Amino acid sequence: MSLLGKLTWSAVPFDQPIVMGASAGMVLGIGFVLSWITLKGYWPYLWRAWITSVDHKRIGVMYCVLGLLMLLRGFSDAIMMRAQQAVAAGGAQGYLPPEHFDQIFSAHGTIMIFFVAMPLVIGLMNFAVPLQLGIRDMAFPTLNSVALWLTASGILLTNMSLVIGEFAKTGWVAYPPLSELQFSPGVGVDYYLWSLQIAGIGTLMTGINFVTTILKTRAPGMGYMRMPVFCWTALASNLMIVAVFPILTATFAMLLLDRYLGFHFFSVDAGGNAMMYVNLFWTWGHPEVYILVLPAFGIYSEVSATFSGKPLFGYRSMVAATMVICVLSMMVWLHHFFTMGASASVNAIFGIASMIIAVPTGVKVFNWLFTMYGGRIRFEVPVLWTIGFMVTFVLGGLTGVLLAIPPVDWQVHNSVFLIAHFHHVIIPGVVFGAFAGCIYWFPKAFGFTLDERWGRRAFWCWFIGFHVAFMPLYAVGLMGMTRRLQHYDIASWQPWLQLAAVGVAIILAGITCHVIQLVVSIRNRQQLLALGDPWNGRTLEWSTTSPPPAWNFAILPHVTELDAFWEAKVRKQANPNQPVQAREYRAIEVPKNSPIGFINAFFAVVIGFALIWHIWWMAAFGLAGAFVTFLAFAFRNKDEGEIPADRIANFERRYQAEVVL
Amino acid sequence: MSIVAAVDGISPRDLPSASEAGPAPKRIVVAFGFWIFLLSDIVMFSALFAAYAVLVHATAGGPNGDALFNQTSAAIETACLLISSYACGLMTLSVGARNRPAIYLWAAVTFALGACFLGLELHEFAGMIARGATPQHSAFLSAFFTLIGCHGLHVTAGLIWLVVMMVQVAVLDLRASVERRLLCFALFWHALDIIWVWLFTVVYLMGVRP
Repeated sequence: MSLLGKLTWSAVPFDQPIVMGASAGMVLGIGFVLSWITLKGYWPYLWRAWITSVDHKRIGVMYCVLGLLMLLRGFSDAIMMRAQQAVAAGGAQGYLPPEHFDQIFSAHGTIMIFFVAMPLVIGLMNFAVPLQLGIRDMAFPTLNSVALWLTASGILLTNMSLVIGEFAKTGWVAYPPLSELQFSPGVGVDYYLWSLQIAGIGTLMTGINFVTTILKTRAPGMGYMRMPVFCWTALASNLMIVAVFPILTATFAMLLLDRYLGFHFFSVDAGGNAMMYVNLFWTWGHPEVYILVLPAFGIYSEVSATFSGKPLFGYRSMVAATMVICVLSMMVWLHHFFTMGASASVNAIFGIASMIIAVPTGVKVFNWLFTMYGGRIRFEVPVLWTIGFMVTFVLGGLTGVLLAIPPVDWQVHNSVFLIAHFHHVIIPGVVFGAFAGCIYWFPKAFGFTLDERWGRRAFWCWFIGFHVAFMPLYAVGLMGMTRRLQHYDIASWQPWLQLAAVGVAIILAGITCHVIQLVVSIRNRQQLLALGDPWNGRTLEWSTTSPPPAWNFAILPHVTELDAFWEAKVRKQANPNQPVQAREYRAIEVPKNSPIGFINAFFAVVIGFALIWHIWWMAAFGLAGAFVTFLAFAFRNKDEGEIPADRIANFERRYQAEVVL
Repeated sequence: MSIVAAVDGISPRDLPSASEAGPAPKRIVVAFGFWIFLLSDIVMFSALFAAYAVLVHATAGGPNGDALFNQTSAAIETACLLISSYACGLMTLSVGARNRPAIYLWAAVTFALGACFLGLELHEFAGMIARGATPQHSAFLSAFFTLIGCHGLHVTAGLIWLVVMMVQVAVLDLRASVERRLLCFALFWHALDIIWVWLFTVVYLMGVRP
């Protein structure tokens, strides 16, 4: 056995110009950024203020940056697929060979779910939840940093597969027996499994952290029925993370045992049961949909209440609907494979359960509509995304109700009708929500708002582009086109797929607008300067400075009602001459920065890479390194520092205008 | 006091209900978080249990549980683990009493019994493998070795953790963070019992029918 396991020079695909071009672009891009940082001498600052930071706000921002960067990667995959299917009709083979096309659609799904949607949603929760709860940090700040960097490790491994070796060709779900060693002997599936195992551990840590934070560390007076709706949706989402990510870990562990040690969980021989993988995968997979979409629902709730200048309509029904979805989401997994061959009654039960989920979702939609009804709506960019979401998502949800009818599902399963459906719910549901959230909280994070003109342009490009890209897929799906086709013979499909490609081009224009928006906003930040409360907000995050200090609140707010900040503003307005109470500041203990997350992530990448390529000594080295890092952390002498009272008082005096509470 | 435990200027008595009492003390926050982790761990085991239940009859012509399992050995393993948990409980009491010799003594008993459990389990595995009943032989055996082995890995991790904790007691003394970690260790060790009781029932009792 060689010292480097299965790794040889043939792992680098020198003969594939497209892959090499993309790899070269990625390597050059990373090299450019790294050398720019080095030349400018930003490393000490980056290390001190970001990489080792355990501040939930900075960790949240880093999650969002990761998610947005990976959106570019996942979207390039989408462009390549749409371009391929637009040309590969009749006898034509297009420009992508089948084995490359297979990797692209697998990477697209994996990246978009795990490394775009998850980091964006977790990032926004990280940033906003402790601020909304009126507290100074998460329950476990260092664990938060470890989780972030484990997610980053998974992302790095997935991207390494572009240059060294290959990615899975199995689709993002990696069903066996195709994903077994017998039928996928390459390292692609191993890249998939180890990236997701490592990132999945990080996600589980995040889930534990949020559940504890929300249930145990809310500001004094903030009873459950005074929590902002976004915190409720974050709670539901993280309860689901804790309840289902371990299933994914166990399932992937079983597949890994099959692949590495010749076990027979899902194999075709010796009694293995491939459908068990499919069941286990979707007992994670369906709640995952709601893990992503519920926090987005929370963002829409915050946005529609804030920009309508009204309290959220039906707060209690919103909370109830959220928790009902949280529970129901774990009872519908079988609708992902009605064609498994379960009996008619089993399929009927899961079909009905799936339709029932439309009820609490409908409650939410009506609550948003009634919140806006009669309000003084300000059509800022987050509101555009919210309205765009409502219009689009309701239609996408309706096609979901169609698919929940087993006989219909039998007709269109595995077709691009299905592809159209889930993009139709997940893009407005999650991506629009993440954009609305990013624009909504951006001034809180950075102290200036994003340029509105380019924001509107981005929205309209996305909104129009989305419909042009995905409506044709419904049509061509009903015409019988199955998913994941590298080429096809039926010429009548081609016009639809060309139209879809045009749609992707319009979305590309939308993404370009986002980039321009960011650049323009940073350049004009002096004009876009935002004080603590730029949107006339309702919840506690707007009661502190923008950006908030490391300690968030000099004095923990005492909450007496829902929409605590709004009520405080109303009281102040009613009683403007009330003398300001003297504020007594005390020293605040904050957790110290810690490099453990970053160092641990380094060893996680080493372990993952070594296991993918069967380099056993390197895996042992990585494990030992991670263990020593952990010990060093466990034995450190002091994990908290203190911010003296006079520094806090000075800060408060300087930013008096911004701090309303 | 930590960052989350600081309730500035408000006495808890002035707050009407538990849900409005403000951030909980760090000890409660840590133990609660660890409970959530344990629940997630139990969910992971439930997936392995489900796999075992699906595959238990998929013996591919090889031996089934009836032919392989030794209930006497499994009963001794159970006794080791449960008594070890009792010793762990006594260790927790000694931590409360800040009686360091007693802490070391009961930690040693906990460790020894845990190690006995692990030794017996490995012996059982070795015997099965020697008879050709390897995890590669059938889906049933794959599920069996994974389910029991995963619990065994947890016990191994627990033993390493216990050693580290004893070094921490010696080096760092019984400071608040060490006490919290000992509390979490105890929760972990007892949770492994809960899982083992299920394993014993589902695998060794239900797997061998008279």
